[in-house]
This record gives sequence, structure tokens and C-alpha cells, in this order.
Amino acid sequence: MATSVTAPPEDAPRTDPSRRGWRRLPVVHQLRQSVGLQRGMLVAGLMLTGLFLLTALFAPLLAPYGHAQLRDADGPFGAQQPPSAEHWLGTTVGGYDVLSRVVHGSRTAILVILVAIVLSLFAGVLLGLVSGYFGGWLDRVLVVVCDAVYAFPSLLLAIVMAIVISGGQSSLFGGILAAAISITVVFIPQYFRVVRAETVRIKNEAFVESARVVGAGHWRIMTRHVLRNATRTLPLILTLNASEAILTLAGLGFLGFGIEPTAAAEWGYDLNAALSDVTSGIWWTSIFPGLAIVLVVLGLTLVGESLNDLADPRLRSRRAAGSADTAETPVVPGGALDAGPGGLDGIEETHR
Amino acid sequence: MTTAREDVVAIDDLSVAFATDAGTIAAVQGVSLSVAAGEVLAVVGESGSGKTVTARSILGLLPETATTRGAVLLRSRDGAEQHDVVTLSRRQLGEVRGRDAAMVFQEPSTALNPVYPVGWQIAEGLRAHGRISRKEARARAIDVLRRVGIPDPEERVDHYPHQFSGGQKQRIVIAQALVLDPGVIIADEPTTALDVTVQAEILDLLRRCRDEFGAAIVLITHNMGVVADLADRVAVMYQGRVVEQADVRTLFSAPREPYTQQLLASVPRLGEGRARAEERASRRPAGWTDAAPVVEARDLRIVYPGRLRRPDFVAVDGVSFAIRPGEVLGLVGESGSGKTTIGRAIAGLTKVTGGSLQVLGAEMNGVREKAFRPVRRRIGFVFQDPASSFNPLLTIAEAVAEPLVVNDRADDPRAARGRVDELLEAVQLPRSFGDRFPHELSGGQRQRASLARSLALDPELLIADEPTSALDVSVQARVLELFAELQRELGFACLFISHDLAVVDLLADRIAVLHRGRLVEEGTGAEVLGAPGHPYTQRLLASLPVPDPEEQARRRATWQALAQVEGVLPAS
Repeated sequence: MATSVTAPPEDAPRTDPSRRGWRRLPVVHQLRQSVGLQRGMLVAGLMLTGLFLLTALFAPLLAPYGHAQLRDADGPFGAQQPPSAEHWLGTTVGGYDVLSRVVHGSRTAILVILVAIVLSLFAGVLLGLVSGYFGGWLDRVLVVVCDAVYAFPSLLLAIVMAIVISGGQSSLFGGILAAAISITVVFIPQYFRVVRAETVRIKNEAFVESARVVGAGHWRIMTRHVLRNATRTLPLILTLNASEAILTLAGLGFLGFGIEPTAAAEWGYDLNAALSDVTSGIWWTSIFPGLAIVLVVLGLTLVGESLNDLADPRLRSRRAAGSADTAETPVVPGGALDAGPGGLDGIEETHR
Repeated sequence: MTTAREDVVAIDDLSVAFATDAGTIAAVQGVSLSVAAGEVLAVVGESGSGKTVTARSILGLLPETATTRGAVLLRSRDGAEQHDVVTLSRRQLGEVRGRDAAMVFQEPSTALNPVYPVGWQIAEGLRAHGRISRKEARARAIDVLRRVGIPDPEERVDHYPHQFSGGQKQRIVIAQALVLDPGVIIADEPTTALDVTVQAEILDLLRRCRDEFGAAIVLITHNMGVVADLADRVAVMYQGRVVEQADVRTLFSAPREPYTQQLLASVPRLGEGRARAEERASRRPAGWTDAAPVVEARDLRIVYPGRLRRPDFVAVDGVSFAIRPGEVLGLVGESGSGKTTIGRAIAGLTKVTGGSLQVLGAEMNGVREKAFRPVRRRIGFVFQDPASSFNPLLTIAEAVAEPLVVNDRADDPRAARGRVDELLEAVQLPRSFGDRFPHELSGGQRQRASLARSLALDPELLIADEPTSALDVSVQARVLELFAELQRELGFACLFISHDLAVVDLLADRIAVLHRGRLVEEGTGAEVLGAPGHPYTQRLLASLPVPDPEEQARRRATWQALAQVEGVLPAS
């Protein structure tokens, strides 16, 4: 019968959705479906990101000294010492241990990323949802504001925000919050735009109209029907934004608007402090913080970019069609070729 | 299959497999077909049967994820060359495409590039196959446009696609295919996106492609009426295989395979529903005609405001009708006739601009959302596309329970499960389907679930907006039957919107015909379809191809006579 072509037979054993649950988690799901180079990129990105997370988590254990430690039992470390047995990566111009600064810097970075993303995610998603769903003058005003924020160079905006928020103070949390909030301001428009665009699209889908027809209220339609369908692309923006957040933080630190060295270790600040060393042949003070920034950004970007590619069925590579494990009946609803995107959607639907 | 000398296309043991996320899927398995010069071969089958893939393989138009085995031999027009398309390189494919075989796509509005004039797009094909002067290319574009029946081709050759109607666009797409004079034209559902009256014109044109241009046609379609109208020979495909191949008359009069028989039996035919409507009418109690109507429209007018100095669009203009309790009103019309707008206005999804529309006692002209909400629960709505009318993240049970939860009949979807199971059973879906997600159901199953959802609150009025137009014929037949059965049992009044006269005839007590926002004819099925009074209804009826080659040939003659009177076709 026709129905058996497009749907599993009625007595087919079905996997329990709760047991299959972990495979549907954003990153795990993509890891399982990727092949070839895309898988390599994703795995490399995940490894770098994992390394970063572990370092941040165990920083006090991994680092030989504290982030602001200038001396130990044997006296001061001394400034600009080359790498040695006591200081594997040498010491900075200020007399800090480079290795400890780099390891502790990962904690600062991750705190800033977390705070920045959580803040911008909540604000951006909520604003985007309300703006896209109701439209009207609120929508127009918010879009204009977001476009205006876009028009500013993001670093300049972050600097202004950092000055406004911290007022020149720099305690640990004051500094982190200032950096995080200044990044938030830059990121809110991104989440706002994505969620708003999705909401505008989903608002016109038949299932939302069908909810309206049965008499569901606006809030219920927004949360139950629109929001859950609008968040599909968020994980990849999230990862891409995390890497951008690190760059912004480092930029702030480099320009001197970040966190004071005594409050927390911060890669951008260390790079700034190492500026004068470069010309005098002292390479270790700048190479290692710089490398940390590059690797973390690379890792997060790799994850984000491969998630992006995998989410798009047109960019996703698949295992070559072999003849051995060919399914007996075509299970692609509508045929794989029907009208381009429709057919590809069909393929995706079957899998999920 | 032996490759006789006159075969333009010979497909031999073709298998196509696709690499997907769910593993490798065989779309076509061991298909052998041949098309003789000047022949129309119809490939019919349901969605997923592999008909499109087979036809596209003739042009080598398969995505990179496809693996092809077997041979597709394509002969050039003069018979000098024969190529196996499967083994051709990209460059060689480019030479063969357009010259030996050309394609006509389903959706004319997306097959043309909106930023180039149509003449340029036709000349594009000529330029791809050898050097040609601008003047000559233009002359040939004008010539081919004239031959496909575009009026004033000298002027219109410079027009852009949006300046043409849907039917004209499809003519241009066909002109594009014809300009290189290919031996075979692959027409992939060439009339599916078009209205019935336009479809008849395009079918006529395709027939002329064969007669005047001498091109063979591979016609892919799911519409048996179109097959009966145009095809010489038919190949029936099912699950990637050809199950039956026969001469068109033989196939319709004596189908061999059970699948073909069933496929033909499920095609709705005009006049089938008349007996049923009469039976329903006879069972109605006396005084029924005096009962207060569920829906009453008087001079209903719905206008979509135009933007940026463009005039307003009047979608519905002075329409009056009434639906009495327990009655099924079939609303028929072509795209843009305003039938969907009326359905949406009754459900409160579109604002009424003028006149009066009474729905279950509430006046819809100037209604407020809050005041209308209590009325909403007495109305059910079945949407056209079952694929998009379910929230993909909710299970079927949750979706069906939604109206119950929203209207405080149940606290949460779990509490409503008992009622949901009852509803699923009523639409003949197993209870276990409640735990599935929409994408795990087929189109027909989803549409039945959609029906279950619309019936959750025991509505007095059901609005069905083209509920079966996205479904395959055999699935459509079952959904329609279920619909009729439920209507008989539950006795709700219904507005059934469709573009298909045969489908409406099957279900409706009365039929209303809309044309450009105006109601041109209304009456019982016997009145409207038996003796149509309005010329538009007559033309609509004559345009509808019936799944019977002999009958269709007669009807075609009627249609041609009508069309010549109205000037749609040139007198021959």
C-alpha cells in the first residue's frame, strides 16, 4: 500500500525515545552523522575545546604558581626570565610565571564567555521572539536599534561599555562582568536577528495557524509552538560567538580596558605587557598567551563551522552509496528529488 | 529490452541509489523502458515510486549523492549518434542536454530566472550549443514563442517572467525546451502547479509538440486524467520498479496488475457522489431548510490592502451563501478565486472588510479576537498541507490533545490521552501512533491525524481547506471515504474547499463555484455538474480530464469547441 512506502510499518519495533535521547543532543548527534573531512574538523575542534575546558576546570592543579604570584619561598621570580626548570615558559616583564598566567587565563576566558553568552542568549532570544511574533512598531524600533548596534565597530562599543560599566575599577568580578556585559551588548543583535527571522517564518506555518484556530493564547503559541522550533540554529551561533567573545575579551585586555593582572590572569593583557619584549628578543612572554588565544578560537570556530555545515543538508557530505547495504524499499517521502529543498528536507526528516 | 532503431530513449536495467543520512536508499531498481520517436510515454506512480528519478536520469540530472547503474541510451534527432548518458562526462552531458533531450519542469514560476527577459532565457539554450548571432537568436526565440501560442511574440520576447501568467510561463518553459528541436522532451508533472482550465491548454500544447515538432515526450504525472488525455503508452511504477507497461487504452480498459487496478479505482470520477448526496438529502427531517444556518455570508467582501501605491486586491467580492447544520458545502475554484480566503475568514484568520459573515451566531465583520475565542472551539479546521500543519516537536498525541488542553477540557496532554485514543481510532489510526512524531507518519496518516485534531472538540462546523490536494490518489480516496463516514456519524456542517471538481462532487451536498472572487454558480451536485449554467462552470467542467481515454477524447472535442468560442485557442 501507498502508506507503507513513506512510513514505517505499524508493527515495526520503535526505539524508545528516552533511551535514544543522548544521541539527539546537539553536538553528539552531529558527530554521529558526520563523515570524512567534516568529521575530522569537528573532532579536532572538539578536542581543542575539550582541552580548553579541562584546563579551565583544573587550573589550580595544573598551574605551578598562582596567577598573581611574584615570589615563592626562594624569593622573587625575577622579570623576563627565559624558560627554565622552575619556570617552564619563563616569566613576564612584571615578574609573573608565564605558564601559570596562561593556565589561569583560561578560567577568566571561560567565565567571561559563559556570562556573556547566557546574558545575550536570554535577552536576545526573548526580544527576538516577542519582536518577530507581534511585529508592529516594537519590532521596527528593535530592528533599528539592533542595526545601529551592528553599525558600530564591535570593539569600540565594547570599550565604551567597559568604561561605562567598570568606571575604571577592576576587581575580579567587576572586570569579568564589565567584559561580559560589553560583549553581551554586541551579541544581543545576533541572537535577536536569528530568532526574529525564524519566528517570522514559523509564525506563518500552518501548525501555528492551527494552534490559533483551536484557540490557543499568544503566550502558549510563542513558547510551545514557535520558540521550540526557532532555536535550531542557536547551538552553532553559540559556538561561533564563544570564539568571538574570546577575541573581544583579548582585544579589550590588549587595549587596557580589561582586568588588572592582580585581579585575574588575562591573555590580552599579557600580550599587551609583552609588546616591548618582542623587539628585544624575549619571545616567550608573547608566544604562549597568543598561542592560547589562537588555539581556543580555532577549536571553537572549527566546532561552530562544522556544526554549521552539518546542519545544512546541502553542505553535508555523506557516505558514498554502496550497493551492499541498499535498503529494499525507498523510504524517502516524496522521492529524493522532488523539488529540490523539499526532497532534501524529506531526507532529513526521515533521519530525525 | 532491445534497442530498436527508432527508439529515441532506451533505458536498460537502470538502478539508482541515494546516499542519505539514513543509509543507502534504492530509488529505482532494474527499470527498463523505451520511448519511440514521436511517442508520448507516461510514467505514472505515487510519490516515492521513482518516476522522477527515472526520467531525470535520461538527462543525467541526478544529485551527487546518487549512484547509477545500467544504461540510458539517448539517440540524437537525426539518429546519427547514440550516447549512454550514465557514462558521459560533464562536458558531453552539456552537449546532449537540450539538443537530444530537454526538460519541462513542474513549477513554471521557479523554472524561469526572474531577472532576465524570457527571450534571453530561450536564447541561452541556443548559445550553449554553438555560436549564434544575437539577431538570429532573437528571431528564433520569437519564432518558438509564436509556435507555443504566446500572443505578440515580437513584443513579449523582451518581457520578464513576472509579466506572464502561470500558464504562459509554462508555455515559455516549453518553448525553451523546444527551441533546440530535441528528440525527446521530459515533462515532469508539467501541469500539476496549474489550474484545470490552464492545464487543458498546456496539454493541448504538449500534444502539438508531438504532432508539429515531432518530439517524443516522457510525461511524468500522478494524474490519471492527464495520462488518458495525452499518453500513447503508460508505464506504471511502484516502489522503484515498473509494474506494468501497456498501451493507454489497454491499461485503462483492462489493467493487468492489482496495483494498477487499485490505482485506477481510487481516482475520483464525476457523478460518483450524486447518489450519496441524494441519500443524505432524503434522510433529512422536514423543516431542515428552515433551520438557522451555521454560516451565512451576505455580500461578503474581503480586500487585501495593496502596498506602495499598488491598488488593493479584492479577494472576495460580494459573495453570499449559507451552510445549514449538517450540510457539506463544496467550494470550488481555481487559485486566486478566493476560496481559501473565505475559509480563513470563517475561522477568524483573515479580516472581513465588508458585507456580513455570520459564523455560529457571531458577526465576523469587525470581530474582536477575545470575543471570537469561545466560538473558535466550535469550529474545526483541516489544513491543506499535512506536512506543515503539525508542530514537528510534538508527538501526534500531544498535537491532537492541544485543542483539549487549550480549552481547559484537560490539564495536560497526558490527561487527555483517553480522548485522544478515541479520536485516533475514529480516524482509523492505531493508538500507538499517538507516541510518534509527525515526520514518522506518511502524508495520508498525517492528514487523518489532522482530522482527528480538528474533531477533538466535537465541532459543529468543519472547514477543510484542500485537505487532499497534497496526497496521492489512492491515499486521497481513503481519506475522502473516512471524511464522508465521519461526517455521516458526527453530523457536523462542513465547508469543503477544493480545486478538484470530482473530489467536491464526491462529498458535497451543494457546490458553489467561485471565479475571481465572485460566486458564479451554486446548487446541488446534479445541478452544477449536470447542467452548468455559467460559461465558466462549463469550461471548468470541460477542462477536467477524466481517467478514460475514449471518454476524454470526446470531452476534448467539447473543450476545444468551447475554447474556440472564447478565443482561448485559435480556430483551426
